[in-house]
Amino acid sequence: MSASRKVSLIFSILLLGCVAASVLLLRRLDQMRTGATLDEVLYISSPKLLKRLSLGYDGLLADIYWTRAVQYFGSKHHEGARRYDLLAPLLEITTTLDPHLLVAYEYGANFLAPKSPAGGGMPDRAIELEEFGIRNNPNDWRLYYNEGFIRYMELQDYAGAAEVFARGARVPNAHPFLAVLAGKMAEHAGDSQMAKMMWSTTYQTTKDNTVRANAAAHLRALQVDDDVTSLELLTGRYQQQTGHFPSSFSDLQAAGLLRGTPVDPLGHPYKLMSDGRVEVREPDDLPFIQRGMPQGYVPPDAPKFLPAD
Amino acid sequence: MSARIAHIASNTFREAVRDRVLYNLIVFALLMSGAAILVGQISIDIERLVVINLGLTAVSLFGLVIAIFIGIGLVSKEIEKRTLYTVLSRPVRRWEFIVGKFFGLAGTLAVNTFFMAIGVFVSLLYVSHHFQKQDGWVLVALYFIVLQFLIITALTLFFSSFSSPLLSAVFAFSLFVIGSFAEDLRGFAAMSQGVTRWLATGAAYLVPNFSALNVISSVAHANPVPGQLILYNSAYALVYAAMALCGAVLVFERRNLK
Repeated sequence: MSASRKVSLIFSILLLGCVAASVLLLRRLDQMRTGATLDEVLYISSPKLLKRLSLGYDGLLADIYWTRAVQYFGSKHHEGARRYDLLAPLLEITTTLDPHLLVAYEYGANFLAPKSPAGGGMPDRAIELEEFGIRNNPNDWRLYYNEGFIRYMELQDYAGAAEVFARGARVPNAHPFLAVLAGKMAEHAGDSQMAKMMWSTTYQTTKDNTVRANAAAHLRALQVDDDVTSLELLTGRYQQQTGHFPSSFSDLQAAGLLRGTPVDPLGHPYKLMSDGRVEVREPDDLPFIQRGMPQGYVPPDAPKFLPAD
Repeated sequence: MSARIAHIASNTFREAVRDRVLYNLIVFALLMSGAAILVGQISIDIERLVVINLGLTAVSLFGLVIAIFIGIGLVSKEIEKRTLYTVLSRPVRRWEFIVGKFFGLAGTLAVNTFFMAIGVFVSLLYVSHHFQKQDGWVLVALYFIVLQFLIITALTLFFSSFSSPLLSAVFAFSLFVIGSFAEDLRGFAAMSQGVTRWLATGAAYLVPNFSALNVISSVAHANPVPGQLILYNSAYALVYAAMALCGAVLVFERRNLK
């Protein structure tokens, strides 16, 4: 073997060894520094200062901060965190750098406003974010919808929600649903049909997979709440007729109160308990449900989002 | 073998000094003394923070510029001046030439960083009148900066072993920028799916990870640097530099110099 070939062979082996070692070391470093840059402290927290420091490359910097906001929420959510202190500043920085990044406002409405563990529990900051968005994008109906959504869901400010929906309905090319929501707000405020309409609108109009998965989870939960309420009404009626609770759903079918075996939105049959209560079989797959939880059930720290479609 | 590498390294160092590379220290000294005086007058309570941030950033950027602009000429200049043929006609192997050049430039950068570090500490002393225990972490940040230089020097040598000086500079600087966002790149990879995920993950592990080596903001806030991070960063930087150097040797071994 010539000297040159020998050198090539030795350095090729060395190169492969170094590639493998660097990947292993990088994995160790990643494990050590999970979210380090975000978890410790946000060193530059002033959006305006960052905009000036970006030297005109604010679009790229906004994209980076947007990615960080999503990563931050995703990793904290995965850990089952109860606090999302940096979500608001990250979204504020993102939108100051690029006020037209509409997905950031939508993310704020869906994950900054809701109470822990589903979100950051900061509806006021989320509303400020949406107002900032509306000032910069007055013709985008989604921002009015987002703000109305926060006011309705988190603050139960039905009058405020109706006013924002009405404002949004006047925007050119607004989704026709905004006028409907504004009109029905007074009549149906607080009922599950209204909530279903709003989550359906979010589900149908969002382009963000996480937002859509969140909306789908809420829609499933509302469906379960309605199903369990209806089924328990039937078991109560059966008990009034026969003096005892049905032992299975077939008793309800035999009594002509029910057709078929009722299943939850994921296709699992509901469980009928001996005391007439109705429970879901897989409560972990149905976060946000208010009814139908097995007795003594403790929900996981992080609500589980199944794929939306 | 080691004597030949040492000779090439010392010649590279001497050449860099002859090229007045260390003149950047004068600019650095002016910058630091000006900043120290200005910061003392206009900043309240954050003088130390500003001096550490500015000082370490300047050390990093000055070194980066030197590493790239000297590194791109290490091979091409020798070919252009035909001095490479004189060197290789002696009992010097091609790989010894590359490794010697690497150590020469790395040494230049280490000396340069040493003097700039003195400048940073003098400025720090000027604004805060005494050293604090946590100032020791500034030394760790400086050490990490030197590790960054090792990677950049090896990468520049790798690019200059097959490309023109201008393109080598562009490649090296681009990799520095990409490497500074390495964690975001891995974040993108984690969020994507299918083939994109594999490609993004592969790219994320192939580019140098400069973000783990950048603790400037952290030490400016007097946050300690974990011992394990120092250990793994050292190992990673050495392995990555060795990897780029192996690449440079392999390309240079096969290069037709006629």
